[in-house]
Amino acid sequence: MSAKHLPPEHLSSSSRRTFMLGAAALPLALAMSRMGHAAALPTAQVNTTGLAVTDTEVVVGQLHSATGTMAISETGSIQAEQLAIDQINEMGGILGRKIRVIKEDGASDWPTFAEKSRKLLVNDRVATVFGCWTSASRKAVLPIFEKENGLLYYPTFYEGLEQSKNVIYTGQEATQQILYGLDWAKKEKGAQKIFLVGSDYIWPRTSMKIARKHIENFQGGKVVGEEYYPLGNTNFNSLINKIKIAKPDCILAAVVGGSNVAFYKQLKAAGITGAKQFLLTLSVTEDEMLGIGGENFEGFYSSMKYFQSLENENNKKFVAAFKAKYGPKAVIGDVTQAAYLGPWLWKAAVEKAGSFDVDKVVAASPGIELTTAPEGYVKIHENHHLWSKTRIGMGLADGQFKVVAESPELIEPNPFPEGYQ
Amino acid sequence: MSFDEIYNIALMQGFAGLSLFAVLLLMGLGLAIIFGQMGVINMAHGEFMTIGAYTIFLLSSLTESYAPGLIQAYFPFAIVCSFLVAFAFGWLTEWALIRHLYKRPLDTLLATWGLSLAMQQAFRSIIGPKEVSPILPDWLMGSWSPAEGLDIPINGMFVLGLTIVVTGGVLLALYKSRWGLRVRATVANRSMANAIGINTTRTDRVTFAIGCGLAGVAGAAFTTIGSTGPTSGSLYIVDAFLVVTFGGAASLWGTVVSAFGIAQMQSISEFFLSGSMAKVLTLLLIVTILMLRPQGLFASKVRR
Repeated sequence: MSAKHLPPEHLSSSSRRTFMLGAAALPLALAMSRMGHAAALPTAQVNTTGLAVTDTEVVVGQLHSATGTMAISETGSIQAEQLAIDQINEMGGILGRKIRVIKEDGASDWPTFAEKSRKLLVNDRVATVFGCWTSASRKAVLPIFEKENGLLYYPTFYEGLEQSKNVIYTGQEATQQILYGLDWAKKEKGAQKIFLVGSDYIWPRTSMKIARKHIENFQGGKVVGEEYYPLGNTNFNSLINKIKIAKPDCILAAVVGGSNVAFYKQLKAAGITGAKQFLLTLSVTEDEMLGIGGENFEGFYSSMKYFQSLENENNKKFVAAFKAKYGPKAVIGDVTQAAYLGPWLWKAAVEKAGSFDVDKVVAASPGIELTTAPEGYVKIHENHHLWSKTRIGMGLADGQFKVVAESPELIEPNPFPEGYQ
Repeated sequence: MSFDEIYNIALMQGFAGLSLFAVLLLMGLGLAIIFGQMGVINMAHGEFMTIGAYTIFLLSSLTESYAPGLIQAYFPFAIVCSFLVAFAFGWLTEWALIRHLYKRPLDTLLATWGLSLAMQQAFRSIIGPKEVSPILPDWLMGSWSPAEGLDIPINGMFVLGLTIVVTGGVLLALYKSRWGLRVRATVANRSMANAIGINTTRTDRVTFAIGCGLAGVAGAAFTTIGSTGPTSGSLYIVDAFLVVTFGGAASLWGTVVSAFGIAQMQSISEFFLSGSMAKVLTLLLIVTILMLRPQGLFASKVRR
């Protein structure tokens, strides 16, 4: 049973969940009867490796930073995964078993992530884990997932150069996010001279390396500046003067965290606004816009696979359900949507495999499709990343994005791009 | 590049140095008073800045909801409020925590570090983990461009002006007011000050609270140039300590000179090198100078 057969009503049901609770029994019973064979599967058959699965329940882990510096970013992922799990449970769960979540807090500290992942896999015997945000936290837990043969759904767009049997990457890897954006910048904005700016750590550096190769070797353009600033840097005035000297057609930016806010506030204060300068960023979603303020980002562009303003039925239902659960002011960024896909992709893979065993779920994963994804149709590639489209959004004063371009086809994930290393 | 362009860039780069100077001085000022005058290492300084920033956010939201007509005017009033709120929290902190630890400098370091973590988590739990952006008045946004190709950031000028006013006020208070006299007497010789009838306990409390209040003002001003979130304060804490230590702990003038020196070093090297290398170079220079002159730029004339 693939995810294509998800009843479409699962999303809207949650927006009305407060008064649906009592009435939920009927559609739920219907859903269960539709999956009748699943509920009948005995635990001994669907769980041969001693995972925490009973006749009525399956235990999963959630491992994000609810405290510490990364809580700013990871809160959206925590909420989206919980929403997806609630919705799956309202439909009757997976193979007739309700999902129970054990939440662990990585506290923005990588050794804590490692320790908590061991606890989830060894002590709690969870069937899968939804978690991590930064590459550093993922790298910290990776050896443990590989040793204990766990399964991790990782939501963030990241630098690529990784592929593990035990991880499904639901965000984009770098080439998916960057190459379409650059091609669009060249075609639509005539960008020839590009200035690269990033925070100084692995993701911006790897992304900019890919961007530079693409600009110089494939586009015939020129990189007129490449600058990295320490994480947490709050003063960009000297950099802005260097940009003014270089007069680039395009600023390609991958600044993160508190620096991100300072960067855009100071750009605006230096007279560099969307009306005068073309800027494309890899690191501003609706979440970051909350801190930056729409008036400071207005007219700049962001390259992502998902924007909250996407016009399609799946997304409308998703946004409505998210706001019903987390309040009308809640915003949804790229990673939040990618995190929402995790539980659904896992559900589809478990149902296809007819088992919770990690090896069987992993084997069933490539080829899994999701037609109900808010971003549209996605599919798991052999390399455990997702086929997905890339979109260009223009920042608006109210903190939302207007989607101005979309890749015509799904872009193949390519975590080890040849010619870009 | 034409001469005009070089001239404009030089002007803007000069202003970049000045505005970094203002930022460093403003964040270091409160710390200089607490660390320099009282010898308390306040690791929660950044969080008092965050309190100031959140006060701006709160008042901007309130203004937007209840008196949208005043959105252009609330900001100066909100800065005064940031001072008062941070002052009140500082007062409370001194009473509850700091006064028990005066003779134990390393314990205050640990206690205020704990306080800073607790405050960060409190911001996260009460206000929310995501960053917020206060609505700033239009006159604070954008740039002033007296000539084509010359853009002077208005928020930078605002922070610079505010820093001059605040620093002038603090220096005046310290050297011309009764409070300043009491503080200087207490710093010079605590038991003697006590003996001649100065209430040193009260002086300490007011001094600590004023230092925190100044942090609040800094945090409030930085909403125009930086982020407002639970951990925004931690972005500034290292630089603030750098400024105070480099200047010589017990001297406010030292703090001013050191902020100026570090700002120029940093902004000039950032212009010619990459951002990360500039930081390395600045830190190397500071460490070297501190090795040769451990007491900082301005030696203290305090009898301990």
